[in-house]
Amino acid sequence: MSDIAKIIAYRKRQDWLFSGLGLLCMAIGIATLIALLATLAYEGLPHLTWRFLTSNSSSIPERAGILTAIVGTLYVIAVTFVVAVPLGVAAAIYLEEYAGKNWLTNLIEINISNLAGVPSIIYGLTALSLFGVVFHLHRTVLVGGMTLALLVLPIIIVATREALRAIPSAIREAAYAAGATKWQTIWYHLLPYSLGGIATGTIIAMSRAIGETAPLLVIGAAGYISRLPPPPISSAPPFLSFAWLNSAFTVLPMQMYNWTADANPALQSRAATTGLVLIMLTLSINAAAIALRYRVRQKLKW
Amino acid sequence: MSVAIEKQKIVRLRPRRASDSRARAIREVKEMTARLILAGSALFSIFTTLLIVGVLLYESSTFFAEVPLSRFLLATTWGPQYTPPQFGIWALVSATLVTTAIALLVALPIGTVVAVFLSEFAPFWVRETIKPSLELLSAVPTIVYGYFALAWVSPALQTFIPTLPGSNLLCAGLVMGIMIVPYISSLSEDAMRSVPMLLREGSYALGGNKLTTAWNVVIPSALSGIGAAYILGISRAIGETMIVAVAGGNIPKFTLNPLDEAQTITANIVTTSGGDPAHGTIEYQSLFAAGLALFVMTLAFNIFGYLLRRRYHQAY
Repeated sequence: MSDIAKIIAYRKRQDWLFSGLGLLCMAIGIATLIALLATLAYEGLPHLTWRFLTSNSSSIPERAGILTAIVGTLYVIAVTFVVAVPLGVAAAIYLEEYAGKNWLTNLIEINISNLAGVPSIIYGLTALSLFGVVFHLHRTVLVGGMTLALLVLPIIIVATREALRAIPSAIREAAYAAGATKWQTIWYHLLPYSLGGIATGTIIAMSRAIGETAPLLVIGAAGYISRLPPPPISSAPPFLSFAWLNSAFTVLPMQMYNWTADANPALQSRAATTGLVLIMLTLSINAAAIALRYRVRQKLKW
Repeated sequence: MSVAIEKQKIVRLRPRRASDSRARAIREVKEMTARLILAGSALFSIFTTLLIVGVLLYESSTFFAEVPLSRFLLATTWGPQYTPPQFGIWALVSATLVTTAIALLVALPIGTVVAVFLSEFAPFWVRETIKPSLELLSAVPTIVYGYFALAWVSPALQTFIPTLPGSNLLCAGLVMGIMIVPYISSLSEDAMRSVPMLLREGSYALGGNKLTTAWNVVIPSALSGIGAAYILGISRAIGETMIVAVAGGNIPKFTLNPLDEAQTITANIVTTSGGDPAHGTIEYQSLFAAGLALFVMTLAFNIFGYLLRRRYHQAY
């Protein structure tokens, strides 16, 4: 074999070896995910019954359920959604469509990128001090939801900005040429076209909020709630009640943490069951987001 | 040459009406309102930061009035229940450093190799199918990772190291490493993919294969982006809470031994606040001093990472 052929063979072998290494590394990640699911399923699946999903929490393993945690999660996420989405989308529109290139814009950008990296527990500390001392209501659904909203705000801002940036400037120019004002352009054109991207970002943000434990633990959310918070619909007019906003709550990850730390092994396996429900929830939400992003990309042909 | 511009006669399609100027005024008010609301939302993020910094400084100022800064920064024992109470942050920082280091030892090599593989080697369909499944790793709630570390990884490690305690920094760090792999791989891959094709083709023309091209051309060109990914990974590892709180051992002590049980800054904050200390006690205030230490550590990394990332966005 000639020298050059040897070198070529050697180089090709290098590429093959590295490809193998790359696949191995990805396999480690995916194997971890599978081991994690298997551990949860092995410990938790036997307890995953309809009764478990529809019973209130209890310290007796056989009677324990996660209904309070599921309802609490829904309430908290509702608050997070209502606070974070309008605020995040508005901030993104300003930065993308209005803001000039100046020090203030620069400051806001550095700041948002820093907020995205601030440990979630710091948000919890801030809320604890602010609402605990000043208003004495730090353990409520409202405060929990608002804390998570601050936490996921950067995710929504970044996703919305990317969606807006993907819209070609010809669309804006066409709208201006037809006499539309800036706001009309945004409302009738840019927002509808970027809806897919915004929805994807929002879904991922909500999934993050559902799985978040630390800040809620710090503000003093309960790990054990035996009664459901009041329902949002009441029988008497005006049929809507907001008492749930001020009620104490627990969420799925809090319930799981509480049971993980419990000395009773029967309750520890209930933690696995709770984890199984939680991970199914966040994984399916994320899968939905990935599918949505894929479809948005397919559909968009500028 | 000059062109005489004829003063044009304005042709009106319809006569001017009184309602026109009112409509214009309304429209202008609407535009201004929209602009103000949007700008307010953007400024809200700055307000949030000011709030965080303000709260941390205010609450820990009362703490530092009682505990001198030098005792906080130089001592290595943490024990609010001792008489006199001890607040040496190094007891917590040491555990944070150990778990962060283990996590990075796992995440940096794996994340980088995955990024190079996805960006330079993988055919289109592999990238489109494997990348989303890897992204699912970042969708797993951290409390679930914590449970996994405690219930599976730690017993598995004990079969190799029989003397290992049930909860230890090693298992927490390892799982944390796997958790941050997707952050590192996806940001680094972004940076590598934004390197222009021309540079690669230059290397291929000189006889480089994919690996030498990646090593000598793509990685150096994408270095600031990869650096940003690493730094954000570090910041994420320092701030991670639930894994270390569940599986790390939760005993505040100064140790650099990964086989030991100890308490990171974050684990200390959740454990102390979970014990519900009364407002105004030194224990309550110590939460914010520890929080401030954590915030300062991550702030530096976050800003440095942002500047690096911006550099690679501008480079090409």
